[in-house]
Amino acid sequence: MASLRLDDIVIHQGQHRLLSLDTTVAPGEVLTVMGPSGVGKSTLLAFIAGFLSPTFQAQGRVLLDETRIDTLPAEQRHVGLLFQDPLLFPHLDVAGNLAFGMVREGTRRQRRERIHEALASVGLEAFAGRDPATLSGGQKARVALLRVLLSQPRAILLDEPFSKLDAERRGEIRHWVFERVREHRLPTLMVTHDEADAQAAGGRIITLDAEQ
Amino acid sequence: MSTAVAYRLVVGVLPWLTIALLSVPVVAGVLGALAPAFGWLPVLGGERLTLVPWRQLFAVPGLVDMARLSLVTGLASAALSLGLVVLFLGSFLHTPLYRRVQRWLSPLLAVPHAAAAIGLAFLLAPSGWVARGLSPWVTGWQYPPDFAFPGDAWGLSLILGLVIKEVPFLLLMSLAALVQCQARERLTVARTLGYRPLTAFLKGVMPGLYPLLRLPLYAVVAFATSTVDVAMILGPTTPPPLAVSVVGWLNDPALSMRFMASAGAMLQLLLTLTALLIWWTLERLVARVSRGWCRDGRRQCGDRWLAGIAWLAMRTVLGLMMAALAGLALWSVAGYWPFPAFLPWPPTAHNWLNAADDLVAPVWQTLGVALAATLVSVVLVLGALEAETQRRRPMRPWAQLILYLPLLVPSVAFLFGLVMMQAQVGVRPGLGAVIIGHAVFVLPYVFLSLAESHRRLDPRWSQQARSLGAGPWRVFWHVRLPLLLTPVLTAAAVGFAVSVGQYLPTILLGAGRVVTVTTEAVSLASGGDRRLTAIYALLQLLLPAIGFMLAMLVPRYVFRRRRDLLPGTD
Repeated sequence: MASLRLDDIVIHQGQHRLLSLDTTVAPGEVLTVMGPSGVGKSTLLAFIAGFLSPTFQAQGRVLLDETRIDTLPAEQRHVGLLFQDPLLFPHLDVAGNLAFGMVREGTRRQRRERIHEALASVGLEAFAGRDPATLSGGQKARVALLRVLLSQPRAILLDEPFSKLDAERRGEIRHWVFERVREHRLPTLMVTHDEADAQAAGGRIITLDAEQ
Repeated sequence: MSTAVAYRLVVGVLPWLTIALLSVPVVAGVLGALAPAFGWLPVLGGERLTLVPWRQLFAVPGLVDMARLSLVTGLASAALSLGLVVLFLGSFLHTPLYRRVQRWLSPLLAVPHAAAAIGLAFLLAPSGWVARGLSPWVTGWQYPPDFAFPGDAWGLSLILGLVIKEVPFLLLMSLAALVQCQARERLTVARTLGYRPLTAFLKGVMPGLYPLLRLPLYAVVAFATSTVDVAMILGPTTPPPLAVSVVGWLNDPALSMRFMASAGAMLQLLLTLTALLIWWTLERLVARVSRGWCRDGRRQCGDRWLAGIAWLAMRTVLGLMMAALAGLALWSVAGYWPFPAFLPWPPTAHNWLNAADDLVAPVWQTLGVALAATLVSVVLVLGALEAETQRRRPMRPWAQLILYLPLLVPSVAFLFGLVMMQAQVGVRPGLGAVIIGHAVFVLPYVFLSLAESHRRLDPRWSQQARSLGAGPWRVFWHVRLPLLLTPVLTAAAVGFAVSVGQYLPTILLGAGRVVTVTTEAVSLASGGDRRLTAIYALLQLLLPAIGFMLAMLVPRYVFRRRRDLLPGTD
């Protein structure tokens, strides 16, 4: 599996230098980026995923192993993204949401079986035909991660992914997500406010400061 | 990869097509009327520049009265509508009444001008429903009294007819504007500082709200000073407002009258510009005068009285509209209905059965034109909005102005020029020209109706989809469009209703070959057959109503098992 290389990245907002970063995330490693709000954590993720707003200017390169991806359109980067909301498409059922992100290979039947296996692996096999609106917060979070994993990403970005879960579920989901990421040996970059998230990730922690 | 390029190309081109559709006909039309106004129209033998058309125009008896009538009814109806809307919002924004009224806005707005005007005319005529309701026990009338209403020389019925249509329009426009200027927050702050609700609204919200309502208000002024169909039904006839006369001159069999008619169209343009200038001056004056008033610290200004007036006036406006529509239904099933009987008894299906055969063709033509114009508009608007989202840049002020262009330039002035150009270039009038003409008026409404929802759509939906590997087309068709299905259908229903209600573009660009329920209703309204007129006016209502019903039911069916997308859950 590939590692995610952030090569000399500097992001400006007009004259203001927002952040700079140079690091490599190894396969299966969870790198945590912390810092006060407004410091540009989410901007960093937007840049890596390919959604940087034109009000920002970025320099540097993003590489998956030797492949440069920051010049590719977002849909060709194979970078999975999890927001703090699960963002399950409300017009599709659970299986439809999983199918949306799946790579179109194999027969329709094979794809349906893979969806079924994935749901069964998290104990949600009965939920394939359900309206996402009827799922609990924890169930939605699981489906959202399954959807990302089924799209066969080569790296994962987590944007405060646990902040909206209630306290008792948070630890459990967090543990489960990190376990999956390691199991798939995906380089993972997590942005968070929460010290406990960072502790649970158990990897390096980079703290961004407000720069001048 | 090539599909992504195709997407960029389409999304890059559609905004320019939109701008072209909104501006080219208007600009070309004005120029097309300007040249003949100075005698230049080779196809009719006018090859020299001259002032003769203007001299002819100024020799028309009663011209000053026509112009004054247009100016006064236009400005008065716009001012009354604005006053009513402001008082109502100020007094009731924080109450459940506001929510109830809000629910009725879209359907009310969908009532075509002509249908509302015909209903109002039947309601207020000497033998109308109001007179019947009061006779003979209040008035003592055994026979219909002899007064000219509608069609009074002052234009009061015309003003009333314009107000009942403009109030829903302004209310609907203020819905989005209120959110945009954070009206609720402003109101809360002012009220916690001890201001009474209406005073809080006038002093705390209005200064932020008015600039957002400025363009819709200018559109109202422009429409009211230049309306043809409403004025033909409710306005005085000796003389009529200027725009009605101009259409009369254009339809004059003597082709030489066209030069004078062009001058008349230009005069109408100047008149509307004058009205806008007067409005703008008053706006400045009020702004200056109220600057001190806003900070004088007084917490109330007859709030209770004004709230009472607002409540009564809004009730009257909505009540008149409802009664007008109910009256239409009664006339359509009336057999023998002598004055002062309140209800026609027994009701009969005779009128409908008799008319049935003649209804088919106009209904099909109305449907065809409206569906085509709506489809064109929805595609262009979606393209323009997608481009805006993609560039992540709000609309420029000049683009906003272009959007309002067809609503600000009197339609008589530019449609007329288009007809002249058609003749000059040799384009045959007919269905195609009518569809384009309708789209010019439909597009702004579709845009205004859809833009807010489109801009509010969370950008993370498409980001999530793209990070899952979906290209731009897939994101549009499989994510953005389904999420926007309800507002898109609503916007389409609004556009459809606008098209159904168009009178002037159908008459002028179709050269009489395209007959819709609206052209039939308007031409029947001046005749004596109230029963048949009522039937066509009701059809004008019925078609948009079906559109709105579909716009409501289709998402409910498609998303019946998708709780988050069911309309009315938020």
